[in-house]
Amino acid sequence: MKHSAFFWFVLPSAVAMLLFIFFPIISVVVQSLHSAHEQVIIEVENCGPFGCTTATAIDQSATAALREDQPLGRFAGLEIYKDRNHLAVEQVGQIWSDSTGIGNFIDRLMNLPFYKAMGFTLTFTFVVTPLTIVLGFIVAVAVNSAAKAIRGPLIFFSLLPMMVTPLIGSLILFWMVDARGILGTALRWLADDPGLSVKADTGLMWIMLMVYGVWHSAPFAFIVYYAGLQTVNTDTLEAARIDGASRWQQIRHVVIPHLLPLTTFIALMQLMDNFRVFEPIVSFNASAHATSLSWAIYNDLGGETQQLSSAAATSVLTIIGVAILLSPVLIRTWRDYGKAA
Amino acid sequence: MASQAQKRPAALQVILIAILVIWMIAAAFPFFWTLWGSFKVEGDFFSLADWTNVLTGEMTTRETGDAFTTEGYSGAWVQEEFWKAAWNSTLVCLFVVTISLTLGTLGGYALARSTYRYAFWFLLIALIFRAMPPITLVSGYLPVFFQWNIWGHLPTAIIVLVAINQPFTLWMLHSFFKNIPQDLDESAMVDGCTRFQAFRHVIIPVMWPGIITTGLFSFLLAYNDFAVTAMILDKENQTMVPKIASFLGTTQTKGNVMFAVAAVVSTTAPLFLLIMVFQRQIVSGLTAGAVKG
Amino acid sequence: MNLGKILMTGSFLVAASATTTMAAECGITDGRLSIVGNEFPAIQTVARNAQACEGLGEAKANLTADHQKINLAGMQGNPAEYTTAIVANSSIVALINEDVLRPLDDLVAAFGQDIPKNQLITINGQVMAVAFMANAQHLVYRKDILEQIGMEPPTTYEGLLETAEKILAEGILEYPVGGAYMAGWNLAQEFVNMYIGHGGEFYEPGTAQVSINNEAGVATLEMLKALSEYMNPDYLTHDSNATSAEWEAGNVALMNMWGSRTGVLMDAEGSTPEVYENTMVGAPMTVAGGGTPASTLWWDGWTVAKNISDEDAEATFKAMKQGISPAILSPETMGEAVWMIDGYEPAPVNEGVFSAISMQTPPYPMLPHHGLLHTALGDNIADFLQGKESAQQALSDIEDAYMTAAREKGFIN
Repeated sequence: MKHSAFFWFVLPSAVAMLLFIFFPIISVVVQSLHSAHEQVIIEVENCGPFGCTTATAIDQSATAALREDQPLGRFAGLEIYKDRNHLAVEQVGQIWSDSTGIGNFIDRLMNLPFYKAMGFTLTFTFVVTPLTIVLGFIVAVAVNSAAKAIRGPLIFFSLLPMMVTPLIGSLILFWMVDARGILGTALRWLADDPGLSVKADTGLMWIMLMVYGVWHSAPFAFIVYYAGLQTVNTDTLEAARIDGASRWQQIRHVVIPHLLPLTTFIALMQLMDNFRVFEPIVSFNASAHATSLSWAIYNDLGGETQQLSSAAATSVLTIIGVAILLSPVLIRTWRDYGKAA
Repeated sequence: MASQAQKRPAALQVILIAILVIWMIAAAFPFFWTLWGSFKVEGDFFSLADWTNVLTGEMTTRETGDAFTTEGYSGAWVQEEFWKAAWNSTLVCLFVVTISLTLGTLGGYALARSTYRYAFWFLLIALIFRAMPPITLVSGYLPVFFQWNIWGHLPTAIIVLVAINQPFTLWMLHSFFKNIPQDLDESAMVDGCTRFQAFRHVIIPVMWPGIITTGLFSFLLAYNDFAVTAMILDKENQTMVPKIASFLGTTQTKGNVMFAVAAVVSTTAPLFLLIMVFQRQIVSGLTAGAVKG
Repeated sequence: MNLGKILMTGSFLVAASATTTMAAECGITDGRLSIVGNEFPAIQTVARNAQACEGLGEAKANLTADHQKINLAGMQGNPAEYTTAIVANSSIVALINEDVLRPLDDLVAAFGQDIPKNQLITINGQVMAVAFMANAQHLVYRKDILEQIGMEPPTTYEGLLETAEKILAEGILEYPVGGAYMAGWNLAQEFVNMYIGHGGEFYEPGTAQVSINNEAGVATLEMLKALSEYMNPDYLTHDSNATSAEWEAGNVALMNMWGSRTGVLMDAEGSTPEVYENTMVGAPMTVAGGGTPASTLWWDGWTVAKNISDEDAEATFKAMKQGISPAILSPETMGEAVWMIDGYEPAPVNEGVFSAISMQTPPYPMLPHHGLLHTALGDNIADFLQGKESAQQALSDIEDAYMTAAREKGFIN
């Protein structure tokens, strides 16, 4: 394809992404390098309907000048990245030097908010992504083999887990797995343990979040594979069959290679989405047991006082994390890309 | 593939059916549970006293005199004017899908056909863009949107959703385009079509399954979005999900969860029709025929 | 259910929701009113009445649960999108910190002489907000169960533990105590209450330097843990919605709950007569022999934006004053909140909030940096309650997290 044709074809997408994703990312990076300017604190008396109290407040007139000078705040370099609420460079060094063993080191590392979030995020990503792909593929093959008349309803119901608004979908599941809900009761009965409660146990909570993750995103893998299966070259399949290929060989040598670009695509999207896991943690009120990087950002922005720089630093770390995570898949795609050319 | 199905061994057939049945239960049970529960009062639906209450409708009978009630539906649609949010969502979904697909098919096609490395880099950067958590993006938009006075309006939300979804749409369509033989558009261009004409008249007709699948995801993104719409739409222009969230209550006040449940159920019904329509498109032999060429 | 009944329910609801507010004369000739605030019924009443003022050039309200995420950005522009934000004593701080609120002294002097003095919120001598409703957490208990075990409603947390033990011993309920202990904001709020009850000071006087890793801090955590032993094991996932649901299901006999949520616990909806007829409110409890209740008082009030024209500020002030005037009280709106408006008649359900006021419960700390501590508390207490670490370790984690955040925000150098 000629350069000019390529340029005009991608221009509209490129402009949209530049304006609404690229520029905000730049501003986030800049924000993450700045901490707020110094706040001049004075002692004041506050009065209200419940009487007066002595308190502190920001001296606005003194702070106004500072704000004028440094609208972005003070340049902090990588300070925010290195502080305790992010990479905690100093604290990790400290823990490393006086921990009694690797177990003790990990234990204490997991007490730092960033590493705690990272621990769950990575576990979630590497458990949920492969399971989603496998489940999606199996369901797509199964639905594709069903009679045409019932495929419509089958597709519809298969898509339900991702169609029902996650907000309500997870709320309903949250109540269903309550110790007195229908699933919770069923689990107690199955495990034969009357004290079992998914929401009270960190391990079970992790499992539940991951089950929800697979349940919620399997329809995505399913529909992509299903659409891909519609374009499998029937001539090739026919030829393979005439040559005496078994059913498994047909799948192995015709269907799977055909679906490979789609698998790369699903893997990329799933790795990325799972790395940003957020909604289930909020909907299941699970933050006592599991936190993720996206949750940390939300927590910084959603508190009584918004912590913009802190959220920005975590966001940049998330992007770097995604880039590292995707690198093997990307290198693979890079090679394929060369071949296709 | 119908001929294939007839030759399938019985054991495999049983396994496939078993997989389908288990998956259908896992996928649909929570929904049917919700559908059933939406005709109950909150005390039954979230029956903490005894889960069997939701089946017998004990509280519902006590409060309304009948084991089923449509209070949730009338409350959401009539009292809380949920139809307004439904209309806003319809607009947002319609425009997001149309614009996303228009931009996405153009870009995706170019990416699939370009033989230069920069196409790959473009795709790669787009993908890394996607890693940005939407919540950070939105908090970056707010000051600018307020300053430009475009905060709160539907077109703003539509453009933002299109942009955020663009990397995904590009990748997905690019994967589908790569499955379509190059000969197809190249022979059209040999016959005297321009690149765009080849794209428009030869490629698009065989791309329907891919476009519909991608469109489905754009639709779901717009339909289910909470992070963007909750933060940049005015109450007047609110879409369904933030509206549903507003039924849930806050720390200090009780909401009406049953309105939310009824709203969720009643907005899933039109999707059923939508999928039935897609299904014919996806399954139609159109692609299989065209790809042979 | 037949069709006629559905239609009747529908038309009844339409009638109920169409409580039109009569246009009011507020002395406004021109100017803009644009409200941002939370969306509960009391605030909707205030907004509706303010918007009904005649003469406003533009009157709109954006009431949403996400108001705290947009109000700052919406008031930073010039002119600001919002001319007034309805806030509480915790959330006003974020707006004051960024200097987007207008001191109201001149407007009060010119047009607000009739606003009762106790409704004016002053910071460093300047009026920054006008409060119109109050809220507090206090005891809610089941009368029948306490009668059954022959005990009075507890007035201290120690008494509450004893009562809970008795209920448990008599096998009446498995988990007699409830509480909104969800990790995050709710749990942090319980810590703030209990720490105040223990007479603790959050900061070194006059600075943003935190100091909670002390005896009061440890005692606070120990008490929270002691209470949690009597709660449903899922307590760390229970927000006030879930806790109220537990209450209505009859699973809980004692809890510390928001006054604004007790009304729905006592109505017939969502519960059995056994539960709602026996639901009673009590005063906030004290702890460790202290005289200060382990609770905090809250107000909701309105402010006026700084970055708007004087004309808009005047119109907004007058309209919002109308929005909280005695004229807005009607049989319908009376029960929506504990109003601080003349002519408000409290219902029995509001006794808890009134006892909180009369017992001189301290207001929630209105400090520029307290939001950061609240977040740090919410993130770190759960580890202690789950037995993953010691009280001292949890407190030191909280201090470290807070100090880091405070450094990022420029409160500490």
